Amino acid sequence: MAQKPRVAIFDFTGCEGCELNQLNFEDQLLDILAHVDIVEWREAMDDRPGEYDIAFVEGSLSTPDCIKRIHEIRRRAKVLVAVGACAVQGGINGMKNIRPIEQVREEVYGEDKYLFPTLPALPLRAVVKVDHEVRGCPMTQIEFLKVFTALVMGKEPIEPTSSVCTECKLKENECVFTKGMICLGPVTRAGCDAHCPTFGQYCTGCRGLVPEPNLEGMKEILVEHGLSVQEAWKRLQLYNAVELEGVRS
Amino acid sequence: MTRNLDINVEHLTRVEGHGNIVVNMKEGRLEKAQLEIVEAPRYFEAMLKGRSFHEAAIITSRICGICSLGHQITSLKATEQALGLEVSEQTVLLRKLLIHGATMQSNVLHAYFLAAPDFLKVGSVFPLVATHPEVVLRALRMKKLANDIGDVVSGRAVHPITPVPGGFTRIPTAAELTELKRKLEEQMMPDLIATVETMKALAGEIPQFERPTEFISLRSDDDYALYDGDICSTDTGRVPDSQYRRMTNEFVVPHSTSKHCKANRSSYFVGALARWNNNHDRLCDLAGGAAETLGLKPGCCNPYMNTIAQVVESAHCAVDSVAIIDRLLQVGLKDEEPNQEPTRYGTGIGATEVPRGILYHEYTYDKQGRITAANCIIPTGQNLENIDDDMKKLVPEIVDRSKEEITSWLEMLVRAYDPCISCSVHMLDVDFIE
Repeated sequence: MAQKPRVAIFDFTGCEGCELNQLNFEDQLLDILAHVDIVEWREAMDDRPGEYDIAFVEGSLSTPDCIKRIHEIRRRAKVLVAVGACAVQGGINGMKNIRPIEQVREEVYGEDKYLFPTLPALPLRAVVKVDHEVRGCPMTQIEFLKVFTALVMGKEPIEPTSSVCTECKLKENECVFTKGMICLGPVTRAGCDAHCPTFGQYCTGCRGLVPEPNLEGMKEILVEHGLSVQEAWKRLQLYNAVELEGVRS
Repeated sequence: MTRNLDINVEHLTRVEGHGNIVVNMKEGRLEKAQLEIVEAPRYFEAMLKGRSFHEAAIITSRICGICSLGHQITSLKATEQALGLEVSEQTVLLRKLLIHGATMQSNVLHAYFLAAPDFLKVGSVFPLVATHPEVVLRALRMKKLANDIGDVVSGRAVHPITPVPGGFTRIPTAAELTELKRKLEEQMMPDLIATVETMKALAGEIPQFERPTEFISLRSDDDYALYDGDICSTDTGRVPDSQYRRMTNEFVVPHSTSKHCKANRSSYFVGALARWNNNHDRLCDLAGGAAETLGLKPGCCNPYMNTIAQVVESAHCAVDSVAIIDRLLQVGLKDEEPNQEPTRYGTGIGATEVPRGILYHEYTYDKQGRITAANCIIPTGQNLENIDDDMKKLVPEIVDRSKEEITSWLEMLVRAYDPCISCSVHMLDVDFIE
């Protein structure tokens, strides 16, 4: 039998909820451990060896140290998988890029603002080559298992490109808009099985935008359903500020 | 004793987030003993500015994956107070049930996955899969069931979906709650009793170290305060949560991207041990019995016992979860819409006991329901000064031991607080230089 793939798990700027979601595979964790060797995972273990076949990386890059570390991880990993909205598209951290960084630093740390270095929050792909993505905030567990299984079997994971609306229809959910709420499902990438609409909440766009999203159409619908143009754009920014606004330093 | 000691543990493992332990002793004189917080700054307070009240809890739950439910509930309470949104008894009961689930989940994760490997002298929980399979399976079973509460009531355990200002977007069904109750009674209770036995067997590995300090937690008249209550200090008693700034006094230190706090002394303790010291009289019999078995006594000032206090209160959470479900089923579940019509726009404060201690959120809203000011004070941030004070007392007491042993005690000390550094900003490294 071939040697088991060596897996490492890393985190950058984020909430570590995606890592927790990996510990939350209570039913599958022992099976997962049977198929791979986890060689580095600071949140769960002490060991820190050198090389790995697959690196799962959570979080955005937002300090000079992050940039250094991600290059190091990329050098040691055969396959690098970005996990969760912060790593894939910048996620919620991207909102801090929208306003001048000096102002943001001052608001939180006051006159001590220069004690701590900070950069605009970046998704991993802005700095290194990313081989695969597991989207969502937190990362979508069913998608993680699909990507994980494919990689362990030596196959290419298939990444969804349709919108959350397609999955929501398959679930036979009542359309969120008809309930008097707003929703970002039309421009948000599928793969979550429309989990939030299924639980009565609107899609907040955590899985990132579909390829070539019709943003003008989306804004129009949001305004039709009661939001101001400005508010509509803000809702879209929640997880997607980096893609929508670019990055200014 | 003229020892020179240089410890620098960089990026401490088995804690949430990034921190370093740094200790310097020169010719027997302690020059530095501190936990450096090197987590990348997050700037959430600034990110919240201008956002709608619908988004406040969605954003703040992303401060921390482990504490997402706690942030969400605290955020909702602050928003509801600021906007004058009343919530129903059903909403409060469902939120209390969610807090119990999140507390059990977090406490089990910490006791079994993060702390227990120290007691068994292994680097992680993974070697235990081979050596102690029944214990690992039990831990996974308990964690799963605690998370099931989150899945059923809030859509998912990490970054919950259904709790929104004024209520819930979906109410669980009676059948779902009945099934949860069955699993709590048939599975969680025996597992908790077995956990107490396991912890009892390991209790001899808990370091003996004491340092009297101020313990702060919520306290209420009618229950073991988690969802709400007054702020209660072992030094000065109870004050309303509107006084939270006076009880936290945040300040910036150069070695930490998380702000530190103090109240009546140089530092104070929040978390399960503080809740135990303030509220042990409010625990159910099962939890009280567990405390007795595990040697946890009122007025305990050994920070390493925090893990034990977590196990004790988990028993209470399980018992009270069943009581809450009984109450919900007895009254009958109502398919309520969330109350989202503001009656005023102003400032509101939320204070909740989350697994690691008191969490405060405060928001001010403008007349469009957008946030103009936000302040979040995180349990781990409140504990940092207390951890530093502990290290300053601990190191001289154990200075005759080997550097490896000292490092291990320091790492265990920090882990005992179950720090959540993402929350406070991220975790820990220790380096020795002699």
